[in-house]
Amino acid sequence: MSVLLLADHDLGLLSPSTARLVNAVSQLGPVDLLVLGEGIDQVATEASKISGVSRVLVGQGAGYGGMLPDAVVSLLETLTVRYQYVAAGATAVGRDVMPRLAAKLDLMPITDVVAILDPSRFERPIYAGNAVQTVTSNQAKHLLTLRASAFRAAPLGNDAPIEPVESAATSAARVIAGHRTESDTPDLATAQIVVGGGVSVGSAEGFQLIQQLAQRLNAAVGATRAAVDAGYAPNDWQVGQTGKIIAPDLYIAVGISGALQHLAGIQGVKKIIAINTDAEAPLSKMADVVLLGDLFKTIPELIAELDRLGVKR
Amino acid sequence: MKVLVAVKRVVDHNVRIRVRPDGSGVETNGVRMSMNPFCKHAVEAAVQLGEQGHADEIVIVSIGPKSANDVILTALAMGAHRGLLIETEAELETLAIAKLLAKVVEEEQPDLVLLGKQAVDDDSNHVGQMLAALTDRPQATFASEIKVTADGLEVTREVDWGREVVALPLPAIVTADLRLNTPRNAALPMVMKARSKPLAVRPAAEFGVDLAPRLIIEKVSPPAERATGRTVDSVEDLAAIIAADVSQMEAL
Repeated sequence: MSVLLLADHDLGLLSPSTARLVNAVSQLGPVDLLVLGEGIDQVATEASKISGVSRVLVGQGAGYGGMLPDAVVSLLETLTVRYQYVAAGATAVGRDVMPRLAAKLDLMPITDVVAILDPSRFERPIYAGNAVQTVTSNQAKHLLTLRASAFRAAPLGNDAPIEPVESAATSAARVIAGHRTESDTPDLATAQIVVGGGVSVGSAEGFQLIQQLAQRLNAAVGATRAAVDAGYAPNDWQVGQTGKIIAPDLYIAVGISGALQHLAGIQGVKKIIAINTDAEAPLSKMADVVLLGDLFKTIPELIAELDRLGVKR
Repeated sequence: MKVLVAVKRVVDHNVRIRVRPDGSGVETNGVRMSMNPFCKHAVEAAVQLGEQGHADEIVIVSIGPKSANDVILTALAMGAHRGLLIETEAELETLAIAKLLAKVVEEEQPDLVLLGKQAVDDDSNHVGQMLAALTDRPQATFASEIKVTADGLEVTREVDWGREVVALPLPAIVTADLRLNTPRNAALPMVMKARSKPLAVRPAAEFGVDLAPRLIIEKVSPPAERATGRTVDSVEDLAAIIAADVSQMEAL
């Protein structure tokens, strides 16, 4: 059984989620990691170091810069012949590409996988994480997207061969602009600690307080949909059914009541700490640890106390 | 241009769902059903294209039991022109849905197909992409803005790192995200008027598509329950807990 995995990378760097995806699919067979894009030499080198990777296949060229689905799928269609599994992260790219490839190959994909039970059985959440489906596939080939946050990372220490793949990427579509959210905090989808803020944070300035606490803990910053809609935080910080699904070891939820939509995004969090004035809020009830109090008072105190304790990340 | 919009009838997104004790699925009997929220954004986008003078005909298609007529009527009340229900009692997989829709695209030849990015029941997020593959059309998923240009569309997409603008030639497939628009609530006269708009009902079997499921849903379970938590009284106590957690975290 062999696996072709599409690597996740951005700005010329391999995303930390790729090592998690490798770890998840390496139980299915030897993994060939496919890196597509422009200016990706460093990505390929980093990818070759992940344990469990047999080969790194590199498709380099301007046509793959925007990862346009018709171009990516036509390459995947030719490569797929040799593999029993084709997998990608459940990211914007994976979600865009894998169903398109599946329809071309007349297969049902299994997407948003959070557990691999055996080579043909998978678990995936439905109804915004309010139920979990166990799916068996007897198809000749399995096309998967996986939630990287549900898996641990494979260690480094490999030196897999890097091989080019030849193909001309052509798409009917064309990327004409990108608007990137600038942030120096870790990747939200794979961070080990996330600090999230809700509408009670009150303003974009208030969110700087959330960012300060996040920076103190080397954590990613998250936000509820309501906080994003109110303009306090950019859209790609959004955690929830329509935003990112997170599963850090620790989630510090500040001023978040816990709408169903938000809870859908944090099902996999190992430990939740809630800081809120409302003891009856759904998230306060669901949290492992609750501190009742006004965030504008408690967060600066908490940062000072963490400083005093010399907490290092 | 002619716009086809596919809509799905699902458990209303405000309903707290219940997993059947026998693990056979989620209880849908006696539960309030409505149009999938993302589909509603797709319908609204089509109606707005009509109001801007870009769309001259908006056709709504849904696949499901007779009761799925409801959601087609909702879309007609919002301003679409006619509807088609592909009737089936079976719960179809996304691939079968996409194949049925591809047949409709073949018949109707729309310039643009709009769909919701995902349905809030199975959360699959497949059908738009699959339909694009089966009809060999370019796709733009997770759309938060659609602009009609001289040679096609400019679609702003919500991606992991922010937003991306893609130019697409027509015909094309676009799936709607929440920020695309605010769907209207149809006023009563529009609801009444919708009942007189054409709504064809055709059995799924008529389309000659293999509808047999490929996957076996072994069981559906509720998510793992969380243990009850505790309340701490001071920032000092909380900081100590965080410090202990951080020191114990294994490096990734």
